[in-house]
Amino acid sequence: MTAADPAPAPLLTVRGLTVRFRMPRGRSVAAVTDAAFDLAPGSCLVLVGESGCGKSVLASALLGLLPGNAEATGTARLTDRHGSTDLLTAPEAELARTVRGRRIGLIPQSPAAHLTPVRTVRSQLEETVRELTGTPRGTALRAAAVRTAARAAFPADHLDRYPHQLSGGLAQRAATALALAGDAPLLLADEPTTGLDRELVDRTTDELRRHTRAGHALLMITHDLAAAERIADRVAVMYAGRIVELADARRFFGTPGPRHPYARALLDALPDRAFTPLPGMPPELGALPPGCAFAARCDRATPACATPPALRDGVACHHPVPPDRETDHARTA
Amino acid sequence: MLELRDIIAGYDRRTPVLRGVSLTLAPGEAVGLLGPSGCGKSTLARVAALLHRPDAGTVVLDGTPARGWRHRAPRAQRTAFGVLFQQPRLSADPRLRLADLIAEPLRATGRPAEVASRLDELAPLVGLGGDLLTRRPHEVSDGQLQRACLARALVLRPRWLICDEMTAMLDASTTAALVAVVETYRRETGAGVLAVGHDRTLLHRWCDRTVHWTDLAPAPANPGAA
Repeated sequence: MTAADPAPAPLLTVRGLTVRFRMPRGRSVAAVTDAAFDLAPGSCLVLVGESGCGKSVLASALLGLLPGNAEATGTARLTDRHGSTDLLTAPEAELARTVRGRRIGLIPQSPAAHLTPVRTVRSQLEETVRELTGTPRGTALRAAAVRTAARAAFPADHLDRYPHQLSGGLAQRAATALALAGDAPLLLADEPTTGLDRELVDRTTDELRRHTRAGHALLMITHDLAAAERIADRVAVMYAGRIVELADARRFFGTPGPRHPYARALLDALPDRAFTPLPGMPPELGALPPGCAFAARCDRATPACATPPALRDGVACHHPVPPDRETDHARTA
Repeated sequence: MLELRDIIAGYDRRTPVLRGVSLTLAPGEAVGLLGPSGCGKSTLARVAALLHRPDAGTVVLDGTPARGWRHRAPRAQRTAFGVLFQQPRLSADPRLRLADLIAEPLRATGRPAEVASRLDELAPLVGLGGDLLTRRPHEVSDGQLQRACLARALVLRPRWLICDEMTAMLDASTTAALVAVVETYRRETGAGVLAVGHDRTLLHRWCDRTVHWTDLAPAPANPGAA
């Protein structure tokens, strides 16, 4: 990505996305609060944060897969060659028939659980291609399924295997092939590298990167910061249901580094940096403090933090680390 | 000293996963074992923790060879180990509140009198505050559950800690926090740690020495190999 590129029109525009879960006895859980971001074709936004910060709920909201006791407000507008749709208000029939698989491909967290265990990869791929593209059964369908497998770098000689006969990496590619079958412009990857070893993580992220180069927009959700650094154009850091920093990936992982104290502390927890954990635990999403949710764990907190900070200039913090400051955690060469 | 000598182990005698593996841990030492998925490093961790009976070879624990495995291991040997697994959900009884999960080893070994005092010590150490101890596993996050599993592994004050991909499911901050707890325990008690994983950066940072999987086994018994 070079600075001279004119920014293409965003494919996905999210504004004020808020998800609340209604719980027994009138309680409510604030899973996502006021999320806003844009995603353009050919680019990758990575959503990072600790487990339980609301990342996966945000993905489910975009796919219309929230459970019945959830309420999503705000807008999430998907604009592509098929038209423009607000994913939060579109009826389930429209989401099922025209959005999921066709306009948004989901690369799941656990391919082993996503694939049907009693059918071969070929049979699942052919069914998906037939359903999504209308290709009738026959040689054309067989060829289309093989092509789709090849796009996900799934080896053709493994197509007749069952999911349990695949290694973790090949199962991940089979799931990716299913996500690519409908040629959806937006790919949503929810923790696609959990449980894979480092070489496989690198290979999976490189393959996802390749698909964004081919023109897909990719929203990847992960807690693996090393994988995020490898693939992201932009990084959104989520804490307690809010996006607290939205930054260019090179500036975020390199110089000047993150500006939100939480993002900074999260990077410093990496074993190749300071390897120091954040103090305390993230707050419960059912009992968030009225002000900044990070204040209790933050060394820059002041009385001003009793009011929630708005996202300004890519940072939601009353006392962000100044952007011109030299990083104090320069990476060892 | 924890010594594994010429271990042959697996799940089918005809095709063992481990073929003549040897590894020695000194007290107070942290050893990182690196290897890709499916190479057998978890099987080795289970053999070292007396949870999997090898087909051949010996495990020597402070000079005494292990004779029994799993529930047949003598209590003194069995309780010398604390074990942490990759997936806290699969290693926690879903019916137990976290406090009971942590206390279970004390109850199982006839020391219920120590439950209250050990809980008071361990809960703040692993960062489980507030009402978390009264919750059941489905009410907490993976990171919080792994914190409870770490407290459970430490509750009998083991001389050896076997951590099998302890942090693979966890975010960077929880990883750093749990490793810090293990390291504090090692420093204070002189326990030995075997950390199994595939994250090179993490194990190099954490351990005194790291060994790669391929360094443990003798060269394959294949005369034709170069």
